[in-house]
This record gives sequence, C-alpha cells and structure tokens, in this order.
Amino acid sequence: MKVMFEKTESLTSNKSIYCPGCNHGLIHRLVAEAIDNLGVREKAYGVAPVGCSVLLYDYFNIDVVEAPHGRAPALATGAKRVRPDMVVFTYQGDGDLASIGMSEIIHAAGRGENITVIFVNNANYGMTGGQMAPTTLPGQKTTTTPMGRDTHSHGFPFRMAELIGSLPAVAYSARVKVTDPKNVMKASKAILKAFKNQVDNVGFSFVEVLSTCPTNWGMTPVDALKFVDEQMESYYPLGTFKDIQEGE
Amino acid sequence: MAEKVLMKGNEAIAEAAVRAGVKGYFGYPITPQNEVTAYMSYRMPELGRAFVQAESEVAAINMVYGAAATGERIMTTSSSPGIALMQEGISYMCGAEVPAVIVNMVRGGPGLGNIGPSQCDYNQSTRGGGNGDYHLIVYAPHTVQEAVDLTYEAFEVAEKYRNPVLILGDGAIGQMAETVKLPEFKEKPQKDEGWELSGAKGRDGRSVKSLRLAEGELKKLNWHLHEKFLEISKNETKYEIFNDDYDFLIVAFGTAARVSKSVVKELAKQNIKAGLFRPITVSPFPYEALKEASKKAKKILVAEMNTGQMLFDVRLAVQNDEKIEFLGKPGGEVFSPKDIYEKAIEIFKK
Ligand SMILES: Cc1ncc(C[n+]2csc(CCOP(=O)(O)OP(=O)(O)O)c2C)c(N)n1
Ligand code: SF4
Repeated sequence: MKVMFEKTESLTSNKSIYCPGCNHGLIHRLVAEAIDNLGVREKAYGVAPVGCSVLLYDYFNIDVVEAPHGRAPALATGAKRVRPDMVVFTYQGDGDLASIGMSEIIHAAGRGENITVIFVNNANYGMTGGQMAPTTLPGQKTTTTPMGRDTHSHGFPFRMAELIGSLPAVAYSARVKVTDPKNVMKASKAILKAFKNQVDNVGFSFVEVLSTCPTNWGMTPVDALKFVDEQMESYYPLGTFKDIQEGE
Repeated sequence: MAEKVLMKGNEAIAEAAVRAGVKGYFGYPITPQNEVTAYMSYRMPELGRAFVQAESEVAAINMVYGAAATGERIMTTSSSPGIALMQEGISYMCGAEVPAVIVNMVRGGPGLGNIGPSQCDYNQSTRGGGNGDYHLIVYAPHTVQEAVDLTYEAFEVAEKYRNPVLILGDGAIGQMAETVKLPEFKEKPQKDEGWELSGAKGRDGRSVKSLRLAEGELKKLNWHLHEKFLEISKNETKYEIFNDDYDFLIVAFGTAARVSKSVVKELAKQNIKAGLFRPITVSPFPYEALKEASKKAKKILVAEMNTGQMLFDVRLAVQNDEKIEFLGKPGGEVFSPKDIYEKAIEIFKK
C-alpha cells in the first residue's frame, strides 16, 4: 500500500491551539516539509514571533528561539552570522513584521542576510483580538477601525512582498495563498525555494502568505477563504516580485 | 606571556573580549564608546568572527540574543540612551536565561543629556530597567586594567549562571589611555550544556524562550531567577577596601572611586585616617561587607557622579543614616580630587 500522507519529521505531534479555519497550521506544515525535503532538520534554527504563532516551538521539532515582538529578523541575523552553517528562518505575522518590526525586517533585507522569512498576512492582529494591522485593507472593519480603515487617517496598507522585492540585496520575494490545493502546491514550491536559496547561499528570501483569521474577521472558515480570494488578493496580487535566479 | 601595551579604555575592552573568545559583536554608534565598534569592525572579521553594525540598539541587542542563543560568546557595547533602548532585549535574555556581555559607557542624562562621563545609570543597571523580576550582574571597573580583567571574566560568569553581565563604565574609563596587561587568548570549551540552539542533531528540538504560559510556570521561573541571584550574591560579590586603617570611610565606585583613592592619600598627609570602600559588583551589591566595614567608621562619605543613587544601597547596608554624608556631581562631570577632599575636610571638622 502506498502511503499518501504522513506526519512530516520536523513537526511534533502536539495539537495546535489555532482556531478552526486558521491557515497558520497549514503554513507550518509547508515550512516543515521544506525543511525535511532539504534534509536540514538537524541544522534548523527557527525564530518564533509574538502573535498567534508564538508557540511555534511546541509545533516544530527543531531548535526555536522566541523573539520579542517584531525583532525576529535581528535574532535571525545574529544567529546566522555566528552560525552560518545553520538554516535560520523567521515566521512572522503582519503586525509583528510590518508594524513594530518594520525596521528590523527592512534592514535585514537591506543587508541581504542569508536567511528565510515566512510572512503570514492575515490583515489584522489575530492574537490581541483583531485590531488594525499595517496590512488591513482599505474599508476593512477591525476593533480599532470600527468604521472601516479610512486611508485618510489610517494610511494605506503596505505591500510587503513588493517592498522587500524592490531592495537590491534581496534574492527572492514572492506572495502566495493557500486557499485551494493548486495554490497550496504553489505556496509549497515558493517556501521550498526560499529555504533552498539559503542552503545554496543565494541570499535573503521572503515569502508572504495570504492567510485567514476567521475568528477576528467574524466569518466562517469557508467565507474567510473567499475573503482571501476575492478581497485580499485584489490588493495583494500573487506573484514573484524578485528572483535573482530567474532565467537560469 | 601576557603583553603590556598602552591602550585607550574602549579599545582595551574590545581586545579583552576578543581574547575571551567573543564570536559575535553587534553594536550601534554612540559617543563615548565609538572606539569599541570601530575596533571590532576590523578585529572580528580578521579573526573570522562576526561583526554587524546594527540599524539600532533595539536590533543590536536582539542580534546578541539570537546569536547568544546558539551558545556562542556574544557582546554588545553602548552608552546610556542606547542602553535604554536595549532594555527590551535584556529583559528577554534574562527571562530566557541567555548569557552575554553588555558594556555601558555611561554619559550624562536624562534624555540626550550630554556626552560627559557620568554614573547616572546606576539605578537603571542595578534595578532592572526592562520589564519583569530579574537581575543583572553588574561590574563597575575603576581603571582600564580592571575593565580589561572584568570584561575577560564576564563571559564565563555570564555562562556559569546563564545571565547577562553588564560592565558599567563611563566616558572617562572609555577614553583614557593606560598601560594594560592583556590576557591570553582563550576559547569557550566546546560542550553541549543542554539548552543552546545548536541544531537538533539526533535529538528533539529545543526552545529558548521567556514566554511561560502554563499555570505556575512563570512563578517557578521568577523564584528560580531569585534563587539564582542569591547564589550569585554569595559567590560573585566583589569589593575592595583601600587603606584598611581608617576612621573616616569614603564609599564610591568606578571613576569616582579612582579619584577617591588619591583623596585618601592626600588625607593621610593631614593625619586623617581615611579609607575607601569600593563595590566592584554594584549588582550584587556588597551589603554585608559594607555593613562590616562601616562599623569602625565615624563618618561615611558617599561620592557619586549623579545625585545619589548608590546612596540608597549604602544606607541599606550601614543602617545608620546619621553617619552618612553625600557628595554628588551630576551633569556629565568628573570629580576633581579637590571636590572630594574639601568635602571630606568639611565633614571631618564638624
Ligand atoms: C512590545 C509588545 N507590544 C505589544 C504586544 C502585544 N501583541 C501581542 S501579539 C500582537 C499582534 C500580533 O499580530 P500579528 O503579528 O499580525 O500575528 P497574528 O496574531 O495575527 O498571527 C500584539 C500587538 C507585545 N506582546 N509586545
Ligand atoms: S485569532 Fe486568527 S490568526 Fe489567531 S489562531 Fe485564530 S484565526 Fe488564526
């Protein structure tokens, strides 16, 4: 009998505390598969963020450090510089990476650190109860934009994959989503590439994953996926914004 | 054989860290400690070690945290406003029990203040400064040689207790040049201590974290950190008594203590039997030793380049406020021997 689906080695068998319909769990799985596909579990160094995925170390069977809110790219920089043989990655939410940690991510990318960044964009702060994030869509209601995000007073959302992709030292920047099997496959490929780049010393690699937060969006899991497909994707187009290996 | 060379304090501290086996240095420019960053920017790469000029002190201390979590010897240096920004990372490292060495070449504050030598960060470094219930080990050298020796030792003490160590200097210590004996090169012994993130070879993953969500876990950590500090206090408290034959005692640390030493000698010429009690660790503070030393002193003069911060620890130790007088010099200014001498004579004549 052919085994079609197995637990991947880099994940523990702990049950996650994510809400039903949240994409964090699926994205964890894709990250763990990439680590296992490259055979680097025993060299991996993960940096957990502050946000819903703060308990990363409970779900990944690899070495993980827990960073202060937003600082993951700085921790990753430090670790990679003293242990260049390790495979160092951050896994960050949009509040973590694009708000409090905007400086750390831009500068790590600006230096072209040879690390991998997985950026989970769910258009709000999940853990603290659904406040506006720098990625909240214009018009989107959150607990701190009860009338909807008004770009006049709240500013415009940041397109991080494009922003990161515009920096000269960056090797790879892409945006994916995980709303259906075909897109999950594409996301899996992008994440694998972002890790392989590090193993091959290609440089700073960034994957933004559009994700759901049914709990704070006040939607069913199915409607949340629809929201990603219909609303988020029109502001955050999927694609590769930088790939220095293109055409190779 | 240990070499003897003339070096500026900041560079001597940098070289001491290099010789102690520091594998990564992460810093951000701020006067009066810029020579450390500049020195490390060529010294570290030439030895195949890591140097990054961080985008901010917030990033620098978090680079330290991420790098030190691998178990390597890591350092950063800064000065007052920069150290203020580092408090977030320092609190996290204390919570996660990650060792590292941090140097604060204190300047005048609050705020942007000035760049003169000062002791105004005593409270910040000995009482926390970041959030939570934690302690740093804080050394206050009074000469360049002592700064070299304490920096060299600091890595091992940090590792022994898995606790960050802070070197509390000031602009004067950083800027003055003195002849120093440099220590031998050493390396951290390669062995798995059971906590560091070195890659999960043949084992399950580990985590280094300050988050303690499960019921009672944080309380356990808080008590553990407390017990650990009691242990540190028992084993690592350091002080010096200069001229043991006294009935008048000056209490001072760092540069103020250095100046006080010449005052003690001057007072001897006037047949005033003065001594100096100098805490070398200001955290843990040598309460017991000072209590003992204060007994034979008729008067005690606390001299600090601030408005009276260590003064509270001295009061706690001596438990006789009548005996204690204070002389402060805030504002990024160094005591002249005359300042302290005149105050001593004034007290003595009372
Ligand atoms: C310095 C600091 N500020 C604020 C917080 C509170 N906080 C915890 S999680 C979070 C938002 C996280 O949102 P995001 O990064 O989008 O991740 P998600 O929970 O949506 O996965 C905030 C503001 C904190 N822990 N530390
Ligand atoms: S709050 Fe949102 S992001 Fe957090 S676990 Fe629930 S659904 Fe996921």
